[in-house]
Amino acid sequence: MSNPVHEQIQSTVDSNDVVLFMKGTPMFPQCGFSAAVVQVLSHMGVPFHGVNVLEDMEVRQGIKEFSSWPTIPQLYVKGEFVGGCDIIREMYESGELEEVLKEKGVAAAA
Amino acid sequence: MPMTAHEIENLIKDAFPDAEVVIQDLAGDGDHYAAQITSAAFKGKNRVQQHQLVYQALQGRMGNELHALALQTSVPDNT
Repeated sequence: MSNPVHEQIQSTVDSNDVVLFMKGTPMFPQCGFSAAVVQVLSHMGVPFHGVNVLEDMEVRQGIKEFSSWPTIPQLYVKGEFVGGCDIIREMYESGELEEVLKEKGVAAAA
Repeated sequence: MPMTAHEIENLIKDAFPDAEVVIQDLAGDGDHYAAQITSAAFKGKNRVQQHQLVYQALQGRMGNELHALALQTSVPDNT
């Protein structure tokens, strides 16, 4: 991995259990899709690190190449890309998201 | 330029000839779509991989000309 932006992204997802690359901040999402994922995580009581891609064009572009995923938001758990808005919503509704978090040892407040 | 539902469907069917594709124009603005895609090509793949296949089929349009496409992918029951 020689791309410095990819290295920066890798170190962010390595050093935080749950990372959400999003438009806006967890307090002030600036896109409905990002807001939907924030809402799911907050509802589940999962602490997460939000990265506002609107503040960094290099990360905004780099994250898409990093995961071969063309859209924001993107959720990472323990360094692994879990999905974008549709997948997270689907996994939340089926209870799968809770299982994945539990499996990976991420504690969610009840 | 936004894409028409027809263009989206054609790109998906080019990549997955067996696919059943249902596309909805969510906002009526030619910019926010939802697609349900059923194809045997998704077999044995997880959701992220399935959606990545669809994004590949769209040849870089997703996130550019195509602003929003909510995806639901599945494998046909008989495979």
